[in-house]
Amino acid sequence: MPSFDAVVIGAGVNGLACAGRLSKAGLKVQLVDQAAQVGGAMATREFAPGYRVSAVAHLVNALDARVESGLDLARHGLKWSARDLATTALGENGDHLVLCGAFGERLDGSISAADRAAWTELRVRLLRFAAVLAPFKAMSPPRLAANAGNDLIALAKIALKLRLLGRDDMREFLRLLLINVADVVEDEFADDRLKGLIAFDATLGAHLGPRSPNTLILLLNRLASQAAGTVAGLALPKGGMGAVAAAMANAVAELGVDVRANAPVRRVLVEGDRAVGVELQCGEIIRARHVVSAANPKTTFLDLVGRPQLDTGFVRRTRSIRMRGGAAKFHLALSGAPDFRGADLTSRLVIAPSVNAVENAFNAVKYNRFSEKPVMEIIVPSAFEDGLAPAGHHVLSAIVQFAPREVEGGWNDRRGAFGERIMATLEAHAPGISGLIVAAQMLSPEDIERDYSMIGGDWHHGELAVEQMLFLRPAVGAAGYATPVPGLWLAGAGSHPGGGVSGAAGWNAAERLIGSEGAQ
Amino acid sequence: MKFHDAIVVGAGHNGLVAACYLAKAGLDVLVVEKNDWIGGAAVSRSLHPGFTYSNCSYVSSLLRPEIMRDLDLPRHGLQILPYEGGAVFTRDGGYLAMYRDHDANRREFARHSPRDAEAYDRYARDILRQCRFIRPLLMRTPPDPTSFKPRDLSELAFLGRKFFGLTETERYDMIRFWTMSISDFLDEYFEHPVIKAYLAVSAIIGTALGPMSPGSAYVLLHHYMGDVDGNVGAWGFARGGMGSITQALAKSLEAAGGKIRAGSGVARILVEKGRAVGVVLDNGDELRARRVISNLDLKRTFLTCVDEKDLPAPFVKQVRRFKTRGSSGKLNIALDGLPRFPALPDGSPCIKGDLHFTDSVERMERAYDDWKAGHFSADPFQDMMIPTLIDPTMAPPGKHFMSCFVQYAPPKIEGRDWGDADRDAFAETVIAQIEAHAPGFRNLILHMEVRTPRELEAEVGLTEGNIFQGELTFDQLLFNRPVPGASQYRSPVKDLWMCGSTTHPGGGVMGAPGRNAAAEILRDARKPLAMSDAYAVL
Amino acid sequence: MNDPRLHFNTPLKTTPFHPRIAAANRLNAWGPWGGYSTALVFDDEAMEHTAIRNQASLYDLSPMTKYRVAGPDAAAFLDRLTIRNVAKLAVGAVHYTAWCDDEGKVLDDGTLFRLAENDFRLCCQERHLPWLLDSAFGYDVTIDDETESVAALSLQGPCSFAVLKRAGLDAVAALKPFRMAEFAIGGIPVMISRTGFTGDLGYELWTAPDYALALWDRLFDAGSLHGLRPIGTNALNLARIEAGFIIANMDFVPADIAVRADRARSPFEIGLDWMIDFDKGHFNGRRALLAEKQAGSSRWALVGLDIDGNVAADHAIVYAGRTREVGVVTAAAWSPSVKRNIALAMIERPFHAEHSGDLWVEIYALRELQYQKLMMRARIVDRPFFSHSRRRATPPAEF
Repeated sequence: MPSFDAVVIGAGVNGLACAGRLSKAGLKVQLVDQAAQVGGAMATREFAPGYRVSAVAHLVNALDARVESGLDLARHGLKWSARDLATTALGENGDHLVLCGAFGERLDGSISAADRAAWTELRVRLLRFAAVLAPFKAMSPPRLAANAGNDLIALAKIALKLRLLGRDDMREFLRLLLINVADVVEDEFADDRLKGLIAFDATLGAHLGPRSPNTLILLLNRLASQAAGTVAGLALPKGGMGAVAAAMANAVAELGVDVRANAPVRRVLVEGDRAVGVELQCGEIIRARHVVSAANPKTTFLDLVGRPQLDTGFVRRTRSIRMRGGAAKFHLALSGAPDFRGADLTSRLVIAPSVNAVENAFNAVKYNRFSEKPVMEIIVPSAFEDGLAPAGHHVLSAIVQFAPREVEGGWNDRRGAFGERIMATLEAHAPGISGLIVAAQMLSPEDIERDYSMIGGDWHHGELAVEQMLFLRPAVGAAGYATPVPGLWLAGAGSHPGGGVSGAAGWNAAERLIGSEGAQ
Repeated sequence: MKFHDAIVVGAGHNGLVAACYLAKAGLDVLVVEKNDWIGGAAVSRSLHPGFTYSNCSYVSSLLRPEIMRDLDLPRHGLQILPYEGGAVFTRDGGYLAMYRDHDANRREFARHSPRDAEAYDRYARDILRQCRFIRPLLMRTPPDPTSFKPRDLSELAFLGRKFFGLTETERYDMIRFWTMSISDFLDEYFEHPVIKAYLAVSAIIGTALGPMSPGSAYVLLHHYMGDVDGNVGAWGFARGGMGSITQALAKSLEAAGGKIRAGSGVARILVEKGRAVGVVLDNGDELRARRVISNLDLKRTFLTCVDEKDLPAPFVKQVRRFKTRGSSGKLNIALDGLPRFPALPDGSPCIKGDLHFTDSVERMERAYDDWKAGHFSADPFQDMMIPTLIDPTMAPPGKHFMSCFVQYAPPKIEGRDWGDADRDAFAETVIAQIEAHAPGFRNLILHMEVRTPRELEAEVGLTEGNIFQGELTFDQLLFNRPVPGASQYRSPVKDLWMCGSTTHPGGGVMGAPGRNAAAEILRDARKPLAMSDAYAVL
Repeated sequence: MNDPRLHFNTPLKTTPFHPRIAAANRLNAWGPWGGYSTALVFDDEAMEHTAIRNQASLYDLSPMTKYRVAGPDAAAFLDRLTIRNVAKLAVGAVHYTAWCDDEGKVLDDGTLFRLAENDFRLCCQERHLPWLLDSAFGYDVTIDDETESVAALSLQGPCSFAVLKRAGLDAVAALKPFRMAEFAIGGIPVMISRTGFTGDLGYELWTAPDYALALWDRLFDAGSLHGLRPIGTNALNLARIEAGFIIANMDFVPADIAVRADRARSPFEIGLDWMIDFDKGHFNGRRALLAEKQAGSSRWALVGLDIDGNVAADHAIVYAGRTREVGVVTAAAWSPSVKRNIALAMIERPFHAEHSGDLWVEIYALRELQYQKLMMRARIVDRPFFSHSRRRATPPAEF
């Protein structure tokens, strides 16, 4: 007899969300993770003595509302040190443009009246379009087949929402669906900072440049999310991302999930063509009626399940899942507050001076090089709360694009050179910052892959790109969380709707699994 | 004053196709053309004594067989000649050839990668599946997905039936294909960089995309969905140059009673009370007609020929943001003899096909990066052909015409107009690339015409030198082409129609836009359609 | 002349036996097979068929696609690839097998030779290297195309054993059907398997290309008294129809090259379901095939037909109750061996069973530039149409 109803592999945001949801439905759940601490890429780490920072993800922009309320994360200790974080598009000479409120409800800074008006119009339109797509995130992706168990009511509602846009907006929606973000911003605005920022946001975490078709939809995807109760908002958790992990861990523990850290899985046990449990690296076997993997889909299928249980076509598709991470993480310990020419340090700072700056930064990564002039998103968490750095000192966390998983020359030798490029960019926008450095850390996609089991260093566990979205995610044959192996489920970021500190994939997977139980 | 049933602005292939169908339906049609010759971008020009240049479009595959038949083009002199294979030369002095013979081709691929040689059949099968889906859509007016009109609904239902007629796996494959980059798509089949480079070519020709841009796989399809005598994906020459197509169309038009007036540029399309009523020519002549059909691209039609006050403001905005970035240039060269490519063994038929010098997808993408930055490519991609090896009519015996289609060339150099020095430098990169693979080539050049987007716009009238009259990305395809709400050949101005490549299904010497436009016009005029149905796809 | 770039001069290759075949091919009737020129008929198709059933015949098998699969995981890999149980295939044995895609549709059928514990040869009609390599991902095996490096002949007919014996190979007598062994004919090393595509007594001989001509000559020296003659593809095709064998791209379309997705067929639909071993563990397409079996969702059935009259029904449409189209004839012939008008046909289920007494075949017989349309009654019959005890007798009879 299996000891558990479900064993969940990987205690990142999705594994935790999934385990919590399953437990709420009365299932007896074992959650295992290879690391000493649960949370996966939601981690607050000390990267230099006395300096702590969110190690990978550093902002919340998509925490699924079902997860946040369903696990009652507030009661379990999740606090926000900032909600509705503003974004400062750093100008060259201190002429910053600030987008206040969710996705720039208000623009601060010098910008032409025409651009202001165009921004108001485009913003509303994009938010409306995003709202049409948003319901997809909280459901299993539909299959393109009749009698496939699709949620027809939910789909009909989405279709109705689309129609209710009205003729002109619906046409515009269909035009913009697969367009590149650069054309949209260049059609609408003159201001390089605004164009650069939107181009940056659309391609953040993607392996695409703003001139690549299919990039506006990535922006819509961001806008279809919510954080701390605000649609399209940004929020910073108190204590860094590790605090979100802690709150989720508390929540699932209270729900009765048995959480085991330091328990790496060697393989998924398959008997009689059904997943029946997992074998840990230590040799221990945990049997369960369901095995749920929140690990990377390639790892899950090719390593944990293994080739002999899977068909060749499916293996081909799994191997073809593209996971080219393009972002590096950069951390600085600073002896004082950096001065980005007067920019508000309690906002998100973005260095993306123009569409071409983002595009040029992207060009490099196509050829396995890092950007000579990288673009980046910067948070100074210590400006929001004390305790992350010694008094008077600061920590800076930046997501820097673009950096390839395998750099020409190897990261061992090229790490310093990329660090210099990043510092040159930072110094240009925050003169004197170099003099404040106490310690620095750069995590290349290679480092992120190694430390967080993210193949390619891709935090989405499969690039977020149209041909890898919805019913195509992570691969045809495993898009509905169910996999070709009965009893084995996917629940990680590699599944719809993708990565980020969200938990939506895990929650959806759990609901799908629960639904299958009901059907039995 | 003569009052025509229809005036077609521009004697390009689509304008002529539309005119032919209208004339055959009994309408009194006049085609006006700004140049002293007709043909638009499907022309044969004598620019050097004894030589005929296909100086714009240079090969044929897409011209719909229904049109050739309906308009009796072979009787009017059109002959399409299939051509043999092709090759891409590699930097190390080798080459990859493409042969018409399946087995020879497999062995050639196997010379580079035994695995890829056997992967090709599945690849070809998958491309053919996409072709089978799209071909029946070419000769149909796209439905307006926001409309509740019975016809739009029934066309949408047709699309739906076609889509759901596929197997579930095919449906996913199709969506992936339409949204992927050709580079990623090829990676799923092939391992050898040169094989991928050769196959990626069709995905970038004419577009403002690189092989790594999502959506480029569709462009490949756009170049594969034609056929030569039922051989889907095959390409050929028009005997006598591409002008033979438009000459045959002109003869067909004449036979149907239509008229062409060359050397008559349209200064303005006359709009009165919201209706197009005729055109004013550059010389001031005013010609009146029941309707005006523009073969010009969207921008040229509405930003140049129509007064802005006659157009709704939102439409003007849509037109302004229509993307027509040119990406290609061309060298047309008269040669004193046949260049020798030492890499090719004697007797190789490849020289009679399309020759390329870009042996990796990465090199193509870098060429595209130059374009994005506003430069012509330092290491360009070119599709080079010597049509005279198949068609003896285009040059004196022993001499040859060479057509070099080159990417990428931006509409403007770093934001400023092309100058003659830019043009010459552009030509030099191309010549140097050929010379590197064909020593002595340079000395064979008797005459050369260099065409950048500047020349294409000035002579042919293609805005920004875009050969497709508008880029082929999803935001400008199907019901989005040219702009949402005007995708059915009509415009906001009553009786002003569009029939160029700027409309569905887009560019290439296909004729489908012209035929579809004529079909819509005749439908509105309640005239019978004298045309074959789309050919059965079995 | 060995410049590999010059294949445009030889779109079709020649096999190692070509000099002898060209000399014997009086009709100069050639056809392509797998990139090679092969003889369709040498001089008289009927006499060539007669040799298969009456004396001995020699057919050049070299163009057959041959993959060598070797390595510690070779058996596991092949078990995983094919639908039949490779564990049951002994060293020195051959079995007929097939392999499927994920949807359980047949990619090809072929013969699998177990040359040694970890060494196999897979022979088939189509090319599958990418599929084999991708299927081998995660297995310690090497897969090599040895089509060009192995020359093969098929010696078939009641006198085939006698020919070998006269060539000095008495030891072949012990070889049972679907077994193979290494021999030497006058110093020529040759692997002989008791296999074939005729449903008759016969052997297939495998050797290195360098020995090809010598082997051919030895066989004809030994076979002259037994009426040995070279045969072309046409005669062999007639024999294989009599034997009820199917061929990829003639009787079914391999799933990975079927442009029209509905043309793919499962083993149930082409009569190969007897091979499937659902109990051997996972193999490619197992889940789909099990689902098909449990749901009974097979749509087609490949059947043998016995058709009235004597006009071969090639590619004829099959009707149930004279009006409803239910299938197509994939191969047909008047069989000289059984004196019946036989055919293989792909029939939509359930008509293969329910209407088996009411099936009709529409034959268009072109006779002196006029079609005579024949609506002939057809009965479903068991395959093979032709079988003879001499095929399996060990030791074989000597004529």
